[in-house]
Formats: sequence, C-alpha cells, structure tokens
Amino acid sequence: MRKLAQSDSDLLSPVAGGGLLDRRLFLKTGLVFGAATLLPSAAAASAQPIDAKPPWMLRPGAPFSNYGEPSPYENKTIRWIAANAKAPANGISWTPLHRLEGIITPSGLHFERHHNGVPQIEPARHRLLIHGLVRKPLFFSIDDLLRYPTVSRLCFIECGGNSNAGWHEQPMQAAAGYFHGLASCSEWSGVPLAVLLEEAGLEPGATWLIAEGADAIAMNVSIPVAKAMDDAILALYQNGERLRPENGYPVRLVLPGWEGVLNVKWLRRLHAAEAPVMARNETAKYTELLPSGKARQFTFVMDAKSLITHPSPGMSLNGAGLYQITGLAWSGGGKVSRVEVSADGGKTWAAAALQEPVLPQCFTRFRIPWRWSGAPAILKSRAFDETGRVQPERSALLAERGSQGYFHYNAIVSWAVAPDGTISHVYA
Amino acid sequence: MSTPRPFLLLPLLGLIYTPVGGVTPEGPRLGRPAAAEAIAEWNLNVFPDGTGLPPGSGTAVEGKPIYERRCAACHGAEGGGGSADELAGGNGLTSAHADKTIGTYWPYATTVFDFIRRAMPLDAPRSLSDGEVYAVTAYLLHINGIIGAGDPMNANSLPRVMMPNRDGFIRLYPKP
Repeated sequence: MRKLAQSDSDLLSPVAGGGLLDRRLFLKTGLVFGAATLLPSAAAASAQPIDAKPPWMLRPGAPFSNYGEPSPYENKTIRWIAANAKAPANGISWTPLHRLEGIITPSGLHFERHHNGVPQIEPARHRLLIHGLVRKPLFFSIDDLLRYPTVSRLCFIECGGNSNAGWHEQPMQAAAGYFHGLASCSEWSGVPLAVLLEEAGLEPGATWLIAEGADAIAMNVSIPVAKAMDDAILALYQNGERLRPENGYPVRLVLPGWEGVLNVKWLRRLHAAEAPVMARNETAKYTELLPSGKARQFTFVMDAKSLITHPSPGMSLNGAGLYQITGLAWSGGGKVSRVEVSADGGKTWAAAALQEPVLPQCFTRFRIPWRWSGAPAILKSRAFDETGRVQPERSALLAERGSQGYFHYNAIVSWAVAPDGTISHVYA
Repeated sequence: MSTPRPFLLLPLLGLIYTPVGGVTPEGPRLGRPAAAEAIAEWNLNVFPDGTGLPPGSGTAVEGKPIYERRCAACHGAEGGGGSADELAGGNGLTSAHADKTIGTYWPYATTVFDFIRRAMPLDAPRSLSDGEVYAVTAYLLHINGIIGAGDPMNANSLPRVMMPNRDGFIRLYPKP
C-alpha cells in the first residue's frame, strides 16, 4: 500500500456505522482491498505453489475455435435449474449474479422461465401475425423483420416471481443469484414495435395487444398498446448475436422495465383488441393476493430493487480489513438515482458509488469500500430511482402486501457477516 | 431515413402516443396481407365475453374420464394432490396459506377453456378436440361446485358462468 496523503486519510474515515468508507476511495490508486472469496477456490488457491515457469508457457496453446467457451476453471458459473420432475420443461433457471461483475449478463447465463420447454424453431417456418383491430392484418417473416430499421438498448428483464423466497417465514440460505437471479441484463437489438403497428394501422379503440409465443403452451398475455408504441422492441439480437433459443429465437418482445412474462419469447402473434384477454398468466398467475383477499392485477412495472452480490452467502471474508462491497440495483421506473449501503443492519447508511453507465431500466453496478473490524455485521443495500421509488424494508413490504402475494418481492436484502467471515441470509 | 410520424389519436384513452425520440422510423412495409381464414386458424384467444370460442359442447360427466386419462397424472384425482397446480378446492383467499385454485381465484371461466386448449396436457398440447376441451372445462368447474354435472358448456353458456372470485382483482393498469 502506498503512503497516504492527509486527504486520503480523511477518505479512510468511516462515513457510516459498521466501517463503511467514502465511495471516492476507489478513485485512489494503490489501496489494497481484500476479496471475499467463494469457499472452495480460497483453499485451492492457497495450496498451489507460485510457478515461475508454468507449463502453458512451454508449448503452443490450443488452436482457434469457431465459438468460444468459458474457461473450464469457471465451470461453477452456471444457471441453477429448478423444474417439475414430472414436467422437466416447466420450470426456471437462475442467473448466477454472485459470480458476475459489471452489468451485462452473458447470453448463456440469462435466466429462463419456460412453461413447456424451449422450442427449436426453424426461422424460415416462423411468422409473426398482427391482426384484430387493425386496418391491414399482416404476416411478417423473419427475413422481413431483419430488413426493418433496428434499434438497440440495454435493459434488464426480471421475472415477476423473482426473489419470491423472500415471502417465506424463514430466510432461505442460497447463493445470491440462486435467490434473486430471475433477473438478467442484456443489450437487445431489433425493430421498434411501433413501426409494425403503424404499418398494420391500429383502429381506434385498439388499446391492448394480446401477444402469443410459438412454444408448446402458446403462452399468451395482454400488453397495453401505449407501452407497445412507447419503447417496445421486437428483439432479434441479444448481446450482439441472434437470440439464443431459450431467449426467444427467432424473435421476442422486449418491454423495458416491465414484468418478465410480458416480454413474450418466440413471438408469433399480436392481436389488437379493446380489452385484455384475461389469460391464465395475467389472472391465475402474475397477480398478487393481498391480505384483504383481493389481488393486484396488471402490476407491469418492476419496482426499485438492489442486492449486494459481493460479499454474499457462500463467500467468506478472510479476516478483518478493507473490502469492496458491490452489487446491482435496477428499477422498471427509470434510472437508479442512488444506492445506499448499511453495514450496521440499517441504523446508518452511506451512498455507494454508481458505476457508469447508469441507464434507465438497466442493471446499475454500485460499489462502496468497507473496513471490516471482524465483529458481526449486517450488510444491506437500498435502491432509489429517478421517479421517487424507494426499495422498502421487508417488514414494510409485508405490512403492505401480506405474505401470500408470491410475485413482485423487492424488499431490502440483509446479509449477516459472522466473526469467522462466513455470510448468511437474515431478516433484519 | 427517418420521417416524422403522424399523430395517432386513440379516442378511448384520449392519449396521443409519442414514439421513442418523437419519431418512428419508416419501415420497408414488407408485411403480407393475412386472409381471414388464415387468421381464424392461428387465433387461439378466448375473451371473457366469449369472443373466440369455437363450436362444440361438453359436460362434466363427459369430462371426468378425459380428465382422469389425460390430466390426473399431474393434477391429481379430483384436481388436487398432484405434482402440478391445484385446480379445485383449497383454502380461502384470506387464510394464512391461501390456495389459488380455479374455484377460489380464477375470475373468468373462459380462461379455463383458453388455457386448456392452447397448453394442455403438457405432454401433448393441442391434442384435445374442442368438444373435449369444453368437457374438461365443465368437469373442472363442476368439481369446484360452480356448475352442475350435466350442465353443457359451449360458446353460449361458458361466458355466462359467474366465477366466485370474479370481482377479486384490483387493476393497476390503466392507473385507477
């Protein structure tokens, strides 16, 4: 560690309880941060000798590859799958948020929710039909869509059921991604839906679009025309390449900031109508039962949310000292305007640094330095967005919604750090 | 390559939709006209007012053996106790562990038909005839105590079934 100037020493003074330090500390070079490590690799790394002449420098490396794959040493950076044993194509897989940095989710790690599997669609046989209250009902082929003006945007997609274990009476112990990772963030490129709706010509009174996928449940759901005309994209590309089959190849809807189920994959039909169809997935599912017995319906916008991904359960702190706390924040309402972190269970909070770019309806990476004393600590983060949304404490969310809503859980997440450096999920 | 987009007035909401950046790019207009017969073949949507329901009819008595053969392996006998969603009975919606079944939760009977026809059974979707879908729908409504065993369900009767939780939803869109 280099010698500190007086101004640096000021930065090393706590800005909130529990040892949180000024976020500007990251601008200083030469400071040594400890890294919370995932348990198995910590032991493995310390057991290896330092090799001045490693074998991979002594012979030619592997040849070229047509499509690259992750290092075999990163084989634990995988989606975690939960499906019904009797219907293995009906289930979910979580993004390992706790093993990722930055804001982009690699396409092969984007979360999945399939109701009856991933169709292997031949693009030449796929069509998109726009019909109903339109002047000209039209079919479009994928080759047609590839000729239309294209736009790109970075945004998250989050399943309405993400983090639903938070409603449980006891805090679930799982890696952060395998709890909150039904949320992922990609660059999506495709045709603004408004262009095609204009070509078909919406009739007066067409206020809803019933979207349908070409999967083996023909998944359908109702979408307001207002959103479709505002910023909806018929995505053909994800992170630069054509969509992966599990993310809707050859074409999917992307509705920035809105509940995942509305971002219909394998899109094959848009039916303009005066009213919603009241599909199973907008009545029986993706609605939130309240203590009154009534249920919230059409809860489209995903609320402000954040969690600390590092350190998080499954990792271990290797002794007292300086660490970087980092995590992700997002909101369907707009840009994340502020993220605050607490190291004393919510008694005091400090503003974290927001890593650029900070974009609307997009994952936002936050970071803050922390000097851990070695005493028990409880880490929390809370997100604020530009529209005034604030991520609530769990007790406040339960007071408002009860515990039977299942969907749209966005409460503050608490990690307890034990004196031995291990981390667990707590309600605090 | 962009041209200003004309205003599109939607009288129902009284809104003027403004596209991204105020401009919608002009597309190459490659859409091919869809004939009414093709649309009819593609369109699976059934609305609460019955729009989209096909000809055909079925009763719970007819639906019971179909349910037992095609549905019970996952959903359990009489709509409960299987690996898949509970379809019948269940705790009320204000209980500590509410069961959101067809009888306690689903607001529209037409949704039952719509979802079975497009999606069920998961191992062979679209394999039931429209008459069989009406019959299984009737069976599920009957075991939830909503219709009688011999009541025929068809394009005329199904939209008129009043579900117990018909008024159980608070719509957050459009903003109240």
